[in-house]
Amino acid sequence: MVAAFDEMKGQDGGVRPAYTELSRWLAEVPPDVLDYRRREAELIFRRIGITFAVYGEADAQERLIPFDVIPRIMAAAEWRLLETGLTQRVKALNMFLKDVYGAREILRAHVVPDDLVFRNPAFRPEMSGQSVPHDIYVQIAGIDIVRVDAETFYVLEDNARTPSGVSYMLENREIMMRLFPELFSRHRIAPVENYPDELLATLKSVAPARTTREPNVVLLTPGVFNSAYYEHSFLADKLGVELVEGGDLLVKGDIVYMRTTEGLKRVDVIYRRIDDDFLDPLAFRPDSALGVPGIMSAYRAGNVTLANAVGTGIADDKAIYSYMPEIMKFYTGEEAILKNVPTWRCREEKHLSYVLDHLEELVVKEVHGSGGYGMLIGPTADKTTIANFRAKLKTNPKNFIAQPTLALSTCPTFVEQGIAPRHVDLRPFVLTGRDSIRIVPGGLTRVALKQGSLVVNSSQGGGTKDTWVLDS
Amino acid sequence: MLSRTADNLYWLARYVERAEYLARILEATQRLATLPLSYVGSSNEWASALSTAGCNAAFAANYDEATEENVKDFIAFSPANPSSIRNCIESARNNARAVRTALTVEMWDAINGAYLELKRYGNGPASREEFSRFLRWVQETSMLFDGAAYRTMLRNDAYWFSRIGLYVERADNTARILDVKYHLLLPSEQHVGGPLDYFQWSAILRSVSALTAYNWVYHDSLKPWLVADLLTLNNQMPRSLASCYQNLVGYLDSIAQAYGRQGPSQRQARSIQARLENSSMEQIFQRGLHEFIGEFISENNRLGNAVSEQYLI
Repeated sequence: MVAAFDEMKGQDGGVRPAYTELSRWLAEVPPDVLDYRRREAELIFRRIGITFAVYGEADAQERLIPFDVIPRIMAAAEWRLLETGLTQRVKALNMFLKDVYGAREILRAHVVPDDLVFRNPAFRPEMSGQSVPHDIYVQIAGIDIVRVDAETFYVLEDNARTPSGVSYMLENREIMMRLFPELFSRHRIAPVENYPDELLATLKSVAPARTTREPNVVLLTPGVFNSAYYEHSFLADKLGVELVEGGDLLVKGDIVYMRTTEGLKRVDVIYRRIDDDFLDPLAFRPDSALGVPGIMSAYRAGNVTLANAVGTGIADDKAIYSYMPEIMKFYTGEEAILKNVPTWRCREEKHLSYVLDHLEELVVKEVHGSGGYGMLIGPTADKTTIANFRAKLKTNPKNFIAQPTLALSTCPTFVEQGIAPRHVDLRPFVLTGRDSIRIVPGGLTRVALKQGSLVVNSSQGGGTKDTWVLDS
Repeated sequence: MLSRTADNLYWLARYVERAEYLARILEATQRLATLPLSYVGSSNEWASALSTAGCNAAFAANYDEATEENVKDFIAFSPANPSSIRNCIESARNNARAVRTALTVEMWDAINGAYLELKRYGNGPASREEFSRFLRWVQETSMLFDGAAYRTMLRNDAYWFSRIGLYVERADNTARILDVKYHLLLPSEQHVGGPLDYFQWSAILRSVSALTAYNWVYHDSLKPWLVADLLTLNNQMPRSLASCYQNLVGYLDSIAQAYGRQGPSQRQARSIQARLENSSMEQIFQRGLHEFIGEFISENNRLGNAVSEQYLI
């Protein structure tokens, strides 16, 4: 495996310009100060209540995501490249979804095999031929980006359902400003605090066209037991919209209302942080107690906007992902500005045999998986794990894709041994409204705190960092 | 009660409120100063902080240039600034000592504890980190004192005078922010800055701890004229001019009732409140926000003087 690109030191060991001040500061600041600040940050996170739950861990009801006090820094030019690439990609995602649930031109042109769509569990036949307000399916996208050298960024995956983590982006910045005013005073950093404002503008802009009043926006949460509940309550508060649970809503005559102390109040836009499956027990899982009976019918009648739309999971499927360069070309006529990671589709025989021969070098993922579960990281796995995985792969090759083990870029990170490089990724949040696409500069940087580890997921021991986009 | 006691209580509350306000201004300015120039324009945020704190002249007498260091030192610590945070806390404590028996134990604890803690900072915090902690501490002190007063004082004239001090000061502070920043808050058609003023608007709201409140009141993106509305006419907002006057009229009435006599301060407070109640934002913008606020500040001062003459001397 090639040595990873370090975002501070670059290839040749000199300090890259964006990191000049930070590196100077790191040299000045004693390690015990960093340690003290880290503990202070933890205390603040606890006090704010910014915790998450890991499913399957009984005693870990409220865990903190480890926070690294050393920021990750991007130069303005690097960010501009990402911004253009992200805008292009999310536009294409929306066009793809509109097509797949509409005219299906891309399938007829055989650019994407149709069984990949129709036999995909994330495909929602209920949405076929159904138009959605303003043709926008993915109002909020989280695009995971990794970097391998000074010039190359890859899109690792598209999160088109209910991407989370934006509250960490916002709170990390607040905490950094509080703990390190000195470091801030040496930089001019693009702010992220307007994200809730941009999100609200986006959500209002996608209200059903016939809404004449000021649209009533709500945020639908599965409830306090959901792992991202903190984020739901945080965002609702910042947006100034009601945080509702399924039981707070009801549907009458295909119109969604919320129950208030002053009677029923009509709802126009639902920012739902609840999966398709649980949204409506009448349409999807009948045992779901989280959703709202009849909401799909109101949605199909065009009386309410769901953000994101139902059925967007088809676009963040990892098998579909491998076709993104072609999808982009098909709809925009342009080459993708942000490249995909080279991907082998195990459903294709040639690809499969290559993958089986090179399991020790590859990362193999389930096509519908997320959260870093159910994947094989060849280079770090032992023989038995590989053998077991090989069996799984042979039984159901369609269920997997494989990618080379990327040397993800590293950033200086404060760990027990002191300051050391650790692998990072980036999740910028892309907002698509009727009027424009909005991206707050930066995003959530996730960092694999264990030495050599490439897994940044918070459910697997990853941490987060504040992400700075510099002025010039 | 003794006029002197009432006077001390009145000023004790004013000084504590002012200290918190100054700390908020410094915090909001620090934030603006880390943003790229393309987001906030090239104006000197630190000079603007001086105007919002109302100490331009005093500053000019002591310093040449409004640098971050100078301004922070002057507003927070300088002995040459009668309204520095340090002087506010010291004055508050002096007033508290003079009326020790009129305070509850909890109030005395809060203010005396703050005074002792302040000494730890000597001539100012050594680092930016410590300075940030200092600003937070000042705000916490004010909340602690305010909460102690609210929870432990008897509801009699002592309480009312201390509340009157708080609200006269608060109304003045809110009006000062509006006075300095009014040009950022005009309705869109008169507006020159464009959406990049977002961060200026959010800084104004932060200075009066109203950023989240804004979202809940208007359910809308930051609009400058709504920010102005929130700070002037909106009754829900505890720092708006309207809300301050609702409280002032109420507490002055309680005093008048207890003493069996209305006077010039009651009349003055009611007249200001009536003016606020009968105004709409459209009218205010039409007549000129700046003029409106200027007038308000002098009327509010007049109320302070009326209270003083009627009760405190």
